[in-house]
Amino acid sequence: MFAFLARRLLQALIVMFVISLISFSIQDNLGDPLRELVGQSVSEAQRQELRDELGLNDPFLVQYGRFLKGAVQGDLGQSYFFKEPALEVILAKLPATLELVFGATLLIIVVSIPAGVYAAIRPHSFLTKMIMGWSILGISIPVFLTAIFGIYLFSIELGWLPSYGRGELVHVWGSWESGYLSWDGFLHLIMPCFALASIMLPLFIRLIRSEMVETLSTEYVKFAKAKGLKKTRIYFLHALKNTMLPVVTVGGVQIGTMVAYTILTETVFQWPGMGFLFLEAVNRVDTPLIVAYLIVVGAIFVVVNTLVDLIYGLINPTVRLAGGDK
Amino acid sequence: MSQADTIGQAAQVTHVPGRWERFKKSNFWYNFTKDKVAQISFVILILMAGAAFLSPVLAPTNPYDLVSIDIMDSEIPPSWAEEGEERFLLGTDNQGRDLFSTILYGTRTSLIIGFCAVMLQMFLGVCIGLSSGYFGGRFDSFMMRMADIQLSFSTMMVAIIVLAVFQASFGAELYSELAMLMLILVIGIAEWPQYARTIRASVLAEKKKEYVEAARVMGFGSGRIMFRHILPNCLSPILVISTVQIANAIISEAALSFLGLGMPVSKPSLGSLISSGFEYIFSGSWWITVIPGIVLVVLVLVINLLGDWLRDVLNPKLYKG
Repeated sequence: MFAFLARRLLQALIVMFVISLISFSIQDNLGDPLRELVGQSVSEAQRQELRDELGLNDPFLVQYGRFLKGAVQGDLGQSYFFKEPALEVILAKLPATLELVFGATLLIIVVSIPAGVYAAIRPHSFLTKMIMGWSILGISIPVFLTAIFGIYLFSIELGWLPSYGRGELVHVWGSWESGYLSWDGFLHLIMPCFALASIMLPLFIRLIRSEMVETLSTEYVKFAKAKGLKKTRIYFLHALKNTMLPVVTVGGVQIGTMVAYTILTETVFQWPGMGFLFLEAVNRVDTPLIVAYLIVVGAIFVVVNTLVDLIYGLINPTVRLAGGDK
Repeated sequence: MSQADTIGQAAQVTHVPGRWERFKKSNFWYNFTKDKVAQISFVILILMAGAAFLSPVLAPTNPYDLVSIDIMDSEIPPSWAEEGEERFLLGTDNQGRDLFSTILYGTRTSLIIGFCAVMLQMFLGVCIGLSSGYFGGRFDSFMMRMADIQLSFSTMMVAIIVLAVFQASFGAELYSELAMLMLILVIGIAEWPQYARTIRASVLAEKKKEYVEAARVMGFGSGRIMFRHILPNCLSPILVISTVQIANAIISEAALSFLGLGMPVSKPSLGSLISSGFEYIFSGSWWITVIPGIVLVVLVLVINLLGDWLRDVLNPKLYKG
């Protein structure tokens, strides 16, 4: 287990290193910090002087070393637009995005497990056909279209749900303001969460169904049936356990993916989260903010993936015995 | 399936069936005639693709031609609505372009990008997957580790960041000219692990078979064995992923264009058309967004349905039954 852990952490470190290298080369090549600082009126000689002073003429490795030192201490430079440390700007928006991901994940878990299991147990029932038909339709609708159709139907035509923003927020702790604690905030959460969940939900239903079908055809399930165990006990205790193994790995990775899709949902719903901020930063060529977003999101991906692999190693002993290679 | 065909061919010495005849006798064709969903999807796909590629002939107006557009015609509802006009079957968009023509051209753009991106993915994936499975060893473990890492970052994320950085450094003007190429490259490169992994898995299974040994004994080079002997036997999984990947590529393209990182509004794909209409949905002009949206969903849906059907037909697990 220790070797597995060490190898996994080493890989995470290497990936973070590559991300930092990419981020730095973006910062190095994109935009000109001098233009942001001094404007047009300064002469060329003064510019060169300033360049030397800021260390912009140093060799690549020296500059990268400086960047890395700052990054480790949480200093990723000042946002050009907000005139505040870029990392703080990003982290202030993090709770909004995470609440969205949390709501969507909850929806996916609550809906996909029963639906997938049902579809596997009763493959020929009418409801199963509905579930599977709906899931292929769900896969085919891009997340931003689900969101747009949702807005058109529930906000414009019916007027039930608000179409943009986070609504009324309740301050919880630090920069974290929650929409879950007030009715208005909750109403604002419904559609974005559904839209975000809609991209993953069909995938999960199909995955759980196919894994469950496979598990149900194994010898030990047949044996349990022959032994006369109760159907519900076989399905939900014995079969579901082995079904969930691959689902956990895929699921963990998909939670990371959802962070990417928040860019789309946040754009449609004008949700003041990280993704929305990132697109604005791109339009303004706010390089430090772009870099900070890259590093924060990269870190989220790496942490989630590492955790998922470790959890998988914990619940599936064969991974450990084989030395970590699947 | 190709093996079964060769055996059948050898048995009939007197009459060698032509390709078409063999195709009509195949399991594949039989399943197709039995499956209504697959037939309907196929017909719709052919109709849509045909209409899209004939768009310069079929479309009443040319949406790329700025002279023919009149801004006074903007936001006219579809012809069946009260204020609709006969001239514009599906209404017009915010710039006064005929929506029907624009959708035809947009579908063509989306299909071209989807198809080319998948071709690129397939090329990369097949080369990497084949050599990685065939040679094994360090190269294999390195490539698969790379694939793992790349898959753990979602394609969408990678594509958004790469395109955003390019757009910011090129400037919007130059970027809009290169948009199509960039989309194909980014979607193409970001998804190679999907192919590489599947092909590697089938190569590992094929490599142990005797015909590969025989080819080696005959002294053929690795390149020839990989591409002429092993690859043809890995075609069915490639076919299955390709359909799903084309659907995914079209969705990714639409999403990127929706974010303003893809095709420019002057040469819209379905995604940028939806995006340009989204601002007007609150003022009641629903058709600019909803109609291209429905076209996009139908296009992706029929491709996915065909992919599902293909997977069921070609899945060897079901034969064992």
